Amino acid sequence: MSTPVRLDELDEQIDALVRNSGSVDPAEIADVVESVMATVSGDLSTVNQRLYCEIESLARFIHTAKAEIASMRPDEIKTEHLASATDELEVIVGQTETATNSIFEAVETIEQLCGQMDEPTAEAVTNAVTTVYEACGFQDLTGQRITKVVVALQHIEHKIEGLLEAFGTEFGRHMEAAGGTAPSDAPKRPGKEDRPDEHLMNGPQRPGEGTTQDEIDALFD
Amino acid sequence: MASVDMNMPILIVDDYKTMLRIIRNLLKQLGFNNVDEATDGSSALQKLRDKEFGLVISDWNMEPMSGLELLKEVRSDSQLEKLPFIMVTAESKSENVVAAKQAGVSNYIVKPFNAATLKSKLNTVIGNF
Repeated sequence: MSTPVRLDELDEQIDALVRNSGSVDPAEIADVVESVMATVSGDLSTVNQRLYCEIESLARFIHTAKAEIASMRPDEIKTEHLASATDELEVIVGQTETATNSIFEAVETIEQLCGQMDEPTAEAVTNAVTTVYEACGFQDLTGQRITKVVVALQHIEHKIEGLLEAFGTEFGRHMEAAGGTAPSDAPKRPGKEDRPDEHLMNGPQRPGEGTTQDEIDALFD
Repeated sequence: MASVDMNMPILIVDDYKTMLRIIRNLLKQLGFNNVDEATDGSSALQKLRDKEFGLVISDWNMEPMSGLELLKEVRSDSQLEKLPFIMVTAESKSENVVAAKQAGVSNYIVKPFNAATLKSKLNTVIGNF
């Protein structure tokens, strides 16, 4: 088999054949064809080798990524950490509501006693009670903010669930290799329903982000 | 000079019981004692169809029917279309206010709010008292 030749050498060989038209030695044509074949074969082989190397490198990368993700124990993140964080936040909402109700009970009792007070005192107490009522709105607003965090956590939970499903049994193998157990089948939490005004339900806004009451009032003037 | 019926039935709608209690207490301080409550748009709509109310004060973000959906239902109901409707919500983006205004809201209060703001909006919507 001929050794691969450079393209300019091939050009010279072909030019020589053209110049000698009518008296070409078939052996010379065979040499040229062999040279061309050797060159093409050499090119293909290089491309194949590079492609193979790239695929192998990609496979190694995916394998390493899977092992690293498996070592993070996404099954635990989903079933224990995220579920626990969500539960804790829901308890916070419940406890602040209970505490706020206790404040209401006390303040409503004070308000009822205003009838037994002299007028200036009753007025001062009523104003203070009103301020307490207004301030108790924190429970509603913190509750809504916490609900937003819970929804975000549920979104992450669903993404991890998708990851576990996508990797399937292969993921379990990685986790077992890392000294753990295969992912469990925890119940799926319900997602937020699709609503016609879903895109408008983003409140409460952070300070400086929303519209002020004065700006809203201007729209109604 | 009470030009407003202080005994008019008012329906307050919010999925947070704390907020229902705040609004109820503030209304009571202003002299309105005939107050009913609902915790979502759907049950509020049912109450509005069962009994005549003079005013609705509603939150926006509720399940299974939001305040905006409730407002649209009210405005498309020939028996309820003229009912004064105040939105009290934490949704303070301008697109929210515009959407509520386009749906026919009478006025819009952003949470957190104070008693003076509530009184001012009531005066605008139902008249001075």
